[in-house]
Amino acid sequence: MAVEEVESRLLAYGHTACAGCGEALAARTVIEAAGPDVIIANATGCLEVFTTRFPRSAWRVPWIHSLFENAASVASGIEVALKALERSDEAKVIAQAGDGGTADIGMGAFSGMLERGHDILYVCYDTEVYSNTGFQRSGLTPLYAHTTTSPAGELTWGNATRKKDLPSIAVDHGAVYVATASVGYPQDITRKVKKALSLSGPKYIQIHCPCVPGWGIESHMTIRVARAAVNSGLIPLFEIVEGNIIGVRKIKEDERVSVEEYMKLQKRFSHVLKSPRGKDLIRQVQSIANLNIEKFGLLGINE
Amino acid sequence: MKAIMEGSQAVAQVVSLCKPNVVCAYPITPQTHIVERLAILHSEGKLKAGFVLAESEHSAASIVLGASATGARSYTATSSQGLLLMTEVMFNIAGMRLPVVMTVANRAVSAPINIWNDQQDSMSLRDCGWIQMYAEDVQEACDMHIQAFRIAEELNIPVMVCMDGFVLTHSMEVVDIPSQDEVDEILPPFAPSYFLTPKDPVTLGSMAGPDAYMEIRMLLHKAMKDAPRVIQDVSDEFEEKTGRHQGGLLDPYELEDAEIVLVSMGSLLGTMKDVVDQLRDEGYPIGILKVRTTRPFPREKFHDLLCNARAVAVLEKDISLGLEGILCSEIRSAFCRAAKTPNISSFIVGLGGRDVREDDIRNIAISMFENDSCRVEFVGINKEALAAAHWRAEDYTECISTDVCPKPEKGDS
Repeated sequence: MAVEEVESRLLAYGHTACAGCGEALAARTVIEAAGPDVIIANATGCLEVFTTRFPRSAWRVPWIHSLFENAASVASGIEVALKALERSDEAKVIAQAGDGGTADIGMGAFSGMLERGHDILYVCYDTEVYSNTGFQRSGLTPLYAHTTTSPAGELTWGNATRKKDLPSIAVDHGAVYVATASVGYPQDITRKVKKALSLSGPKYIQIHCPCVPGWGIESHMTIRVARAAVNSGLIPLFEIVEGNIIGVRKIKEDERVSVEEYMKLQKRFSHVLKSPRGKDLIRQVQSIANLNIEKFGLLGINE
Repeated sequence: MKAIMEGSQAVAQVVSLCKPNVVCAYPITPQTHIVERLAILHSEGKLKAGFVLAESEHSAASIVLGASATGARSYTATSSQGLLLMTEVMFNIAGMRLPVVMTVANRAVSAPINIWNDQQDSMSLRDCGWIQMYAEDVQEACDMHIQAFRIAEELNIPVMVCMDGFVLTHSMEVVDIPSQDEVDEILPPFAPSYFLTPKDPVTLGSMAGPDAYMEIRMLLHKAMKDAPRVIQDVSDEFEEKTGRHQGGLLDPYELEDAEIVLVSMGSLLGTMKDVVDQLRDEGYPIGILKVRTTRPFPREKFHDLLCNARAVAVLEKDISLGLEGILCSEIRSAFCRAAKTPNISSFIVGLGGRDVREDDIRNIAISMFENDSCRVEFVGINKEALAAAHWRAEDYTECISTDVCPKPEKGDS
């Protein structure tokens, strides 16, 4: 890669994310796809902490961080202000937050933003855990994942609940564009961000991002783990425009993996794999993947 | 133009004349009439602003935060629980030096739930970094909003305009609503020194570690300490241009030879002035110090205006539980090792909408002439309500603190 290309990145190098951070790579992909004419409202979380330690900033675009749960509201204020000041042509507005900031504490603000119909792209970097505070369980933590607040123990099997279905919640609010993506497929992120930003109204993209320390993976494994999640069927990649599914990423036959193979790549499921009861638990997780495969038609070839 | 108007409607009218670019609304009693009126003005095309209906006060505050950071003159209003829900955002707006203006229709705080007036809500947020101003009547509330935008934008510090819920928000009063030209002359268009734009990208709200956080907080303190000059100048300029007396941070009334001084803020002052007029006629040397601004706290001014009094009674509609009225404690801080120190007493009045009558104020005033010891008292307690709750008679007397500041022993200096 040419030096100039690295030097001109809108999310500059030199930030302090972990080696192999899925969220950092996804965020860089998003902002490069969006281009310089944006204003970003960022929630509290890893992305904010590792890019903006005072007095430095890795952002070469206008960027604001306020609180954990209000990225959607701050973005709403920015969007309304741009309209009121007749500066809407100046910038697209992007809100971004993690899974905790979106599915849990920021849910009300997220709902309000969607419902009011602001022209905003909301990006959720789904690391399936509160990464910044030390890997606690969020509403997007998958079934049976060990986290620091849903530990596997004598009486427990890690997280007891399934991922909250945020894309459906966004669709039901009338979001004009809803998509899932994975940092394992950056070109797909780029395409979806560009498409979202070409549409007017509230948009939502949820990007699955492995968290190296949170999931217990090696830093060179981020992309492989992200792809395995998609190719197991646990993380279906789809696009919904005005309520209709317009496209899914098909799982290629030779790339398909079982959920057990996916789980084996990560320490957060090691208690499941070791236990005599594990087979039953894995069956339950596999059934979630199977339902996704059926619901979104993930097998076969693109028409 | 003079008109008979409800307080909320008058304030909404004046806010509209201040030409905010973004107004955010979320309902809470007794603030609702303000945002309802703004909604009507917006629907009629008279308020040319982005008008956003938030899904909570937390978001309402966050929306005006985002709008202000984008360079928009931004306004919202709240009360009580709404203000408490906004607390996190309030600190954030101040920390980012965003000149938001917000009306607080003062109301009691739950529990028990109570929608009526006191000032516990805003007084509980005294440390959030906002300038706090308190209006005595509807006219002052109107005038204060125009000044608030000017002060906020000159200093890059948000301003909270506090007006007593119901007592002011729902009262009809003759109000002089200024013309658009008059407002424009006092309040120029918002010209922020920095804002979010791709033309000159800035990072706002970054993370400051132990190496820098303290310095940034210190600079916020410094900015607040510089604010009194601007508040006074704007007040003076407003008075000059409108001919209406404003009063800056503290406004003395019959204070010159006063032995006993009553101190308060908000709508209580009107009644207090009537009582003091009567007592003056009866020969009592008594005066009033009206508090318009509690943050920044004009400590030296307090000292200079109160140091010649024999005793000071602070009447307030809030309490720091386990201590005394909040304003009273702060006024005590003006007399740390002062050569001349009045005795200072805290009178808790009017919590949760309890009426404060002329007689209550008169009784406090006369009791101060008879007994000037430093004490904490609750005024207007309904002993029947206590009995109905199966409380003991002593519960009342045990809430009264006498001699909270005992006289120094001989030999102490």
